[in-house]
Amino acid sequence: MSSLSSLSEALHGWSKRLRGGALMGTAALVVAITLLPIGYLIVRVIQGGTDAWSVLTRPGTVDVLLSTGALVVGVVLCAIAIGVPLAWLVTRTDLPGRRIVAVLAALPIVIPSYVAALALLGAFGPRGLLQQALAGPFGVERIPEIFGFPGALLALTLSTYPYVFLLCAAAMRSADPGLEEASRSLGRSARSTFFHVTLPMLRPAIGAASLLAVLYVLSDFGAVALMQYDSLTRAIYLQYLSLFDRTPAAVLGLVLVVLTALVLFAENRSHGGRTRFRVGPGAGRAPRRVPLGRWRTPALIFSWTMIGFFLFVPLAVLGYWLQRTLARSEPLEVAWNALGTSVAIAAAAAAVALLASLPVALVARRRRSGAGAFLERAAYTPNALPGIVIALALVFFAVRYGGPIYQTVILLLIAYVIRFLPQALAGSSTALQTINPRVEEAARSLGRRPLRVAATVTLPLARSGMLAGATLVFLSTLKELPATLLLRPIGFDTLATEVWKFTEVGAYSRAALPALLLIAVAAPFVWFLSGRRGAALGSPG
Amino acid sequence: MSVITINGVSKSFGDVAAVDNAHLEVASGEIVALLGPSGCGKTTLLRLLAGFEEPDEGQISLNGQTVASAEKSVAPEERHVGMVFQDYALFPHLTMSENVGYGIPRAERELRVPAVLAVVGLCGLGERYPNELSGGQQQRVALARALAPGPKVILLDEPWSNIDPLLRTSMRDELARVLRAIGVTVVLVTHDREEAFSLADRIALMHDGEIVQSGVPEDLYHTPSTRWAAAFVGPANFVPGYVANGHVETPLGKFPLRTPHERAHVDVLIRPETLALEPDPGGSAQVVRREFRGHDVFYGLELDDGTALVSQRPSTESARLGDRVRLCAHEAPVTVFSST
Repeated sequence: MSSLSSLSEALHGWSKRLRGGALMGTAALVVAITLLPIGYLIVRVIQGGTDAWSVLTRPGTVDVLLSTGALVVGVVLCAIAIGVPLAWLVTRTDLPGRRIVAVLAALPIVIPSYVAALALLGAFGPRGLLQQALAGPFGVERIPEIFGFPGALLALTLSTYPYVFLLCAAAMRSADPGLEEASRSLGRSARSTFFHVTLPMLRPAIGAASLLAVLYVLSDFGAVALMQYDSLTRAIYLQYLSLFDRTPAAVLGLVLVVLTALVLFAENRSHGGRTRFRVGPGAGRAPRRVPLGRWRTPALIFSWTMIGFFLFVPLAVLGYWLQRTLARSEPLEVAWNALGTSVAIAAAAAAVALLASLPVALVARRRRSGAGAFLERAAYTPNALPGIVIALALVFFAVRYGGPIYQTVILLLIAYVIRFLPQALAGSSTALQTINPRVEEAARSLGRRPLRVAATVTLPLARSGMLAGATLVFLSTLKELPATLLLRPIGFDTLATEVWKFTEVGAYSRAALPALLLIAVAAPFVWFLSGRRGAALGSPG
Repeated sequence: MSVITINGVSKSFGDVAAVDNAHLEVASGEIVALLGPSGCGKTTLLRLLAGFEEPDEGQISLNGQTVASAEKSVAPEERHVGMVFQDYALFPHLTMSENVGYGIPRAERELRVPAVLAVVGLCGLGERYPNELSGGQQQRVALARALAPGPKVILLDEPWSNIDPLLRTSMRDELARVLRAIGVTVVLVTHDREEAFSLADRIALMHDGEIVQSGVPEDLYHTPSTRWAAAFVGPANFVPGYVANGHVETPLGKFPLRTPHERAHVDVLIRPETLALEPDPGGSAQVVRREFRGHDVFYGLELDDGTALVSQRPSTESARLGDRVRLCAHEAPVTVFSST
């Protein structure tokens, strides 16, 4: 009898450890799958040895790094120069129509960078609208080149300034007007107050938005590739296409990872400084609006020029080319098939990423320190891995070890899940952590077993947060370009690859429909998410 | 017969002993309060009873069945113990009716849910969601939810800490009425001595993880087992005294000892309401502080040797700030502690 009871006790302890161990094991497996390809990439580069070193030190690499740096600096400066004044105008001045300006100025956020590039090329490229318009009456055959730096700068500015605008507008709205009033009451003029109080309060928001823009530009592939600008991602792609020796691509990929990691590290450090600016809840009053006076007209011209150039012009250009296609009644099925493929693969990626994020989120919730915290942090690593690097790593890995899944949708799906796991995890982990554990205990004490509690209490409560994370993955997958290009099976066309394919050969009219479909599918989801986590939307194409 | 038996239970979190060798028995239908300052381990003890924590040592029995020991632990869902959480922990995605019906079989819900809601006085609010109710209503739903499956034992964790102080007394009375009408066994955690006194049949006083004393409220108040307990359950004067022949001599007079004491030099516990005072220019004390509280007045007194005392008198009597007063303590048996 006593041996029986001690056996049952031993079994009890064992099954409990087993349950905890199974969850931890699954979480560890997810994280391992996430990190494996990049680990393999590192191994390959190290094995490359002197070859790798010579790639790193050759003049071409330095040029690429300089080009990348120039583009990053240029885009960030432009995004700030456009985003900050717009944010100030709509939140702190009596600009007429500021509500509509606030909505329209944020809208380009739904335009992927390569669609922005398409629109710019369609307008200002060779055989673009401008050249056509000038060719008729004036016989102009050539207009200033848009390819290269100017094109990439414009396209990426379009895609990044909305983040600066949204973050700064949010900061200006929540800033305590009492601080500015205190400055005025201490004898400072309105101008001095703006520079010494208002602007410093914005510094964290501007900093965060700039870092977001830097990350966007570093990992963007579509815009630089279409604009034929030699930044890192394009160089990696071209090296990859050359096929003979893949070491250079791997080396450049790692350089990109290091750069991205440095930026993320800097962002992490900057969080410390941010709390300094976080003051009490404030007076709960709207800040007094600055009368623009004689500056009203210039402010209006500035706002509507930006909206016109970055929203109306691209949409009008796409609309024009679409109408050309429709007028010629060219076959449209291609785009419809691509739409179906895009939506299906994006939905699959969202579902798998959400499922994969759950064990990690559960482990992290149960153990805030030690293994749980480590796994969660490790699972966020793909944030530092641009899509093209993940694709490259997966190609290397699959060619060597994953024969059967190479050139299949499965490998593509794995790439998406790895790339966007952090977004799914942010959703599910946050959602789970906001649930009061007492609520689950209450369910237990009312006689429900753990699994029933999970189904009737935990899941319903975490659902909306998880849904937001999955939606984010859906959106990001929908517009993902570089990994799709490298990993898709033959004949697998998404809206993104259709836009890419036709734009690359200058067939703007045929690229317009998939581009507009992409925007039309994405827009409602962006709208759904914008209230929840505007800043988290930044993943480039 | 005792419904709950806690036998030598200990529980540590890291280096901190949250509960240390606790013993407690609770009889059927009894209301027992675990009273103590925050961090004393009372909530941990409650969670051990509910099954949310497992003891490192000792056993817990419910209805004669061992539910927790160092070797085994019965899952919370199999203990049939109702719990009302400090923050109520209502399911925010369910209506009141669904909250209450959560713990009972589907077939019984239609009849049972309205009946239980009626018991706690919440008829007609069943279709509302938790965020649409006041704090007091939420508490009643939490109680109804815990009562619905018909548990033998109900655990209440600081049930009034989130209730408006003005409503507390009436809610307390109502809760006591409901619980006694049902005849359920109750363990209640609180840091509020008045709450414990007015509601509990018995109080277990906890300090640093240990149950330092348990007994009826009167015993705890008048014969506390330690100086700390004496001060925690109410305002106290500790007056130096000298034990001789079953009595103790103090500057306030001579008192019979409640229990024999082996030491000669002691401190005598004199509760402020047993210390009367009368204005007298030749009195031994001076009024240095005076707090008018409506039904009574609190006096801060100072003897000529600097000893500070407090006295609580009905507000119909009156001494003014700065008055000299003569002190007179009730000559009832007193509790003494070894002087420090």
